[in-house]
Amino acid sequence: MANTNNDQKKGAVLVVGAGVAGMQASLDLASSGYLVHLLDKSPTIGGIMSQLDKTFPTNDCAMCIISPKLVEVGRHLNIDIHPNTEVASIEGEAGNFAVTVQTQPRYIDLAACTACGQCRQVCPATAVNEFNQALDLREATYMRYPQAIPRGFTIDREVCIGCGLCEKVCLAEAIHYDDQARQKVLEVGSVILAPGNEVFDPSRFDTYNYLNFPNVVTSLEFERILSASGPYRGHLMRPYDREEPHKIAWLQCVGSRNINACDNSYCSAVCCMYAIKEAVIAKEHAHADLDTAIFYMDMRTYGKEFEQYYNRAKEHGVRFIRSRVHSIEPAGECDLRLSYTNEKGEQKEEVFDMVVLSVGFEVGQGTIELAERLGVELNEHHFAVTDGFMPVATSRPGIYVCGTLQAPKDIPQSVMEASGAAAGTSAMLSEMRWTETRTRELPPERDVSEEPPRIGVFVCNCGINIGGIVDVPAVREYARTLPNVVHVEDNLFTCSQDTQVRMAEVIKEKGINRMVVAACTPLTHEALFRETLLEAGINKYLFDMANIRNQDSWVHMNDKQKATDKAKDLVRMSVARAGLLKELHEKKVEIKQSGLVIGGGVAGMNAALNLARQGFQAVLVEKDKELGGLARRVSHTIENLDVQTYLDRLITQVKSDDNVTVLTEAEVVGFKGYKGNFTTTVQHGPDKTEQTVEHGVAIVATGAHEYQPKEFMYGESDRVMTQLELDKLLHERTNGSDPATWSNVVMIQCVGSRNEENPNCSRICCQSAVKHALQLKELNPEMNIYILYRDMRMYGLLEDYYTEARKKGIIFSRFELDNPPVVNRNGEGVEVTFHDHVLQRPVKVPVDAVVLSAATLANETDRLATHLKVPRNAYGFFIEAHAKLRPVDFSSEGIYLCGTAHSPKLISESITQALAAASRAGTFLAGKTLSVGGAVAHVDKTHCAACLVCVMSCPYGVPRINEENVSEINEALCQGCGVCVSECPAKTIQLSHYEDDQVLENVHALLEGVM
Amino acid sequence: MSDAFEAKILAFLCNWCAYAGADLAGVSRFQYPSSLRVIRTMCSGRVDPLYVIEGLKSGYDQVAVFG
Repeated sequence: MANTNNDQKKGAVLVVGAGVAGMQASLDLASSGYLVHLLDKSPTIGGIMSQLDKTFPTNDCAMCIISPKLVEVGRHLNIDIHPNTEVASIEGEAGNFAVTVQTQPRYIDLAACTACGQCRQVCPATAVNEFNQALDLREATYMRYPQAIPRGFTIDREVCIGCGLCEKVCLAEAIHYDDQARQKVLEVGSVILAPGNEVFDPSRFDTYNYLNFPNVVTSLEFERILSASGPYRGHLMRPYDREEPHKIAWLQCVGSRNINACDNSYCSAVCCMYAIKEAVIAKEHAHADLDTAIFYMDMRTYGKEFEQYYNRAKEHGVRFIRSRVHSIEPAGECDLRLSYTNEKGEQKEEVFDMVVLSVGFEVGQGTIELAERLGVELNEHHFAVTDGFMPVATSRPGIYVCGTLQAPKDIPQSVMEASGAAAGTSAMLSEMRWTETRTRELPPERDVSEEPPRIGVFVCNCGINIGGIVDVPAVREYARTLPNVVHVEDNLFTCSQDTQVRMAEVIKEKGINRMVVAACTPLTHEALFRETLLEAGINKYLFDMANIRNQDSWVHMNDKQKATDKAKDLVRMSVARAGLLKELHEKKVEIKQSGLVIGGGVAGMNAALNLARQGFQAVLVEKDKELGGLARRVSHTIENLDVQTYLDRLITQVKSDDNVTVLTEAEVVGFKGYKGNFTTTVQHGPDKTEQTVEHGVAIVATGAHEYQPKEFMYGESDRVMTQLELDKLLHERTNGSDPATWSNVVMIQCVGSRNEENPNCSRICCQSAVKHALQLKELNPEMNIYILYRDMRMYGLLEDYYTEARKKGIIFSRFELDNPPVVNRNGEGVEVTFHDHVLQRPVKVPVDAVVLSAATLANETDRLATHLKVPRNAYGFFIEAHAKLRPVDFSSEGIYLCGTAHSPKLISESITQALAAASRAGTFLAGKTLSVGGAVAHVDKTHCAACLVCVMSCPYGVPRINEENVSEINEALCQGCGVCVSECPAKTIQLSHYEDDQVLENVHALLEGVM
Repeated sequence: MSDAFEAKILAFLCNWCAYAGADLAGVSRFQYPSSLRVIRTMCSGRVDPLYVIEGLKSGYDQVAVFG
């Protein structure tokens, strides 16, 4: 029932779409004190990222980095996952929506299903495997991919023949053929839309013959081909004959930047990078030399460290051919002939044995209909309409958007936007924090430190996954003979809810004080069994798990005896270890409910303001006299939004917010403490007044500046200027220097970018040039404007402005790094000589102005970085914890990053990132207390020689030599990796839970059976 | 019983990467000899060189560290 009381806000949020963006938004909000309903129309969460092989620019395995997030979402007490579910309708308004959702039947009860997979093994019906992009088949009873969350199977009734086999073999009785669709109403304060995009269907391009030639594949199909869990198990093969290809071509912009064969005029923003990645990874997979060629129009490697990735690919021998391929024709039995025109206008042909179509993004029809049902406005390309100064808010108040529905974008941008959308929501609902969330009530812990070990061993059959191979009763009886074991049993499914309840009873009844479970893997189930111990009043560290499924019954299926012997060994090892385990107690530490934001530009101000609106105190530190940063020098965005009016409003909001303290002419001169409890010394004001700020989190937003060119006669003639200087002239329009009076203008791109000194692309200069060129054309349509460029990087929806500029007669002419334009004095004025790539000859133009698109460089932060102990790259930009999935976190917890201090970006992108940083910070602060300790390193100072080995070896920089001249490891900061323990020459550091004797006991106990 | 020599291998696996990889090998049903025995550590850097020596001294033929 919808709540009719509109004054009452809700403390719950609905997130629609459980791809990487939806998951991030859910995690941020659930940890910030809101109950999250996470919907996905598919049977599992994970979205398109779960289908990718590797990710650029780090070449991390996509599944390896996303699966911990899947598990975190699946386990979170305050995230309710609703798979197979879509939004039917919505009523109400911001703060109080009633959303009706419809769940399609799954035919398998998730509460009962243990994901043992017996149903799939016996299923005789097959269907096209959509997860592998139809390159192979799956059963009708299936799990979308092995790591899927929720962990449970589903029956595809479209192909199910209703034979009843799965129902017969399912020992958990989870199969329900009569499952029905259900509707329910969710009452939420806000909705976040993250439904993602679809990839373009290239069958519409008849000249590419995608449907006719099996060796023409889409880029997403190629991801599955490369993937170790894909249809070919990671072996590079082409579909037609399963032979390893020797020559592969990638065709860019298929379904993007095209209004002839499709309606997608925009750039899909990710394809250049993924094509390079696929080419490089394919070369790694190939057994012989692999020739790779990418056919492209502009290589758009505009993201952080993307240009270097592109350069490395060229070094690896990936060929880059600037051309749009006209057609793909057959050559021989199954090879493919590409016909294209090169830049010189010559007709060329080349034969490849496989072609990958780099398909773009498209908003799906289902999403278009969803937006209509929700009353959310979409633009002409069907992406959500948003405001450049609040890029995560849709046209309907209370409904936010993130990920590719907002515009085409890559994973880190989606993750940032997801946190940004969470920040918007969190600020709106802050007074409802922790009102609808759940907490777990636990009995008090029994002190067992003085008791001798009394070990209970629970051996799991996992249906027949373990029991079918390993002789489980024999393992159980063997366990009974081991020292300290007081109870043994075997279970059909040790993880099932009813077994859990019974185990807690048995533990209490038999006085068990150590538990060993021999079952699947601790990576998925350790947390669950530790909770069983907590329910029984036993410290959660008194537990060990023997992996007798993933690392035994499943990998030794052909030798039951050896599998059983190994299971006994693993159980013996766990029992021996369990006997040595000690209770560990985590401490609660208060988190100071405030943040320090360093840098008062657009990013810093947005971060501070959002923190304040979330209910936290914020101290904003700005080095100049005035707030505003680099945005002070930008009059309008490319969408013609007035930056100065926005900035004035933002400054007023920041200054008038009671939760924000602004310190100007300020510098951080001291920084100490740890996450949750930092103490920073700031000198501020004309007199350098010293002030101490205590805060729980810090956000770095130190910004960037425009490079001052040394080339192209800059500084020698007042006719040569940078884009920001042109912006000023365009804004002021003073007599004598009014740009409206100019008749010839040349803009030169990549000044100080993409060269030896600074290999980075500065991302924003292409759009600055187009923006100003359009403004100049507006002032004087007769003006001749030349933009001399290397690649026009008008990514995403910016492409439309590039198209408009060409339509308005702005001339774009390309140059190579080794043949740049030349600017010379010509009497009173200047002239520019450049090589025209269409005419194939030099062109000389006398000009009124030469506008240099100068690089965006990081501000000087040497001292700050030293104080905060946070890393920067060789170009002074700060380095985030993970380029893909933690784009605004530093690896030191409690410190976050946003704006151009991270890398060059647009104002709208800086705002999104600032909101994201505030969300991550808010997530941390909202916890109020921090659990520290547990499995962390401890120094026995009696033997410490202060040799500094621990200080130097710690990957997190935690140990320090303290005032007593011994090593000190802050348990709040220690990550528990144990590197210092192994390195310490005096053996005076121990890692709790992994102490030397505990590990050595593993070595010895494991060995007995092997000998 | 085959008399062919099968090396007894002790493997230390990093919890975050290699151990997860060994689990995935199971999910994918990749078969390998049962004489490989695994100890999970929180980081491959936690493997003290002494553990390697101890493993060899105790009778393993080979010791591997994955991380």
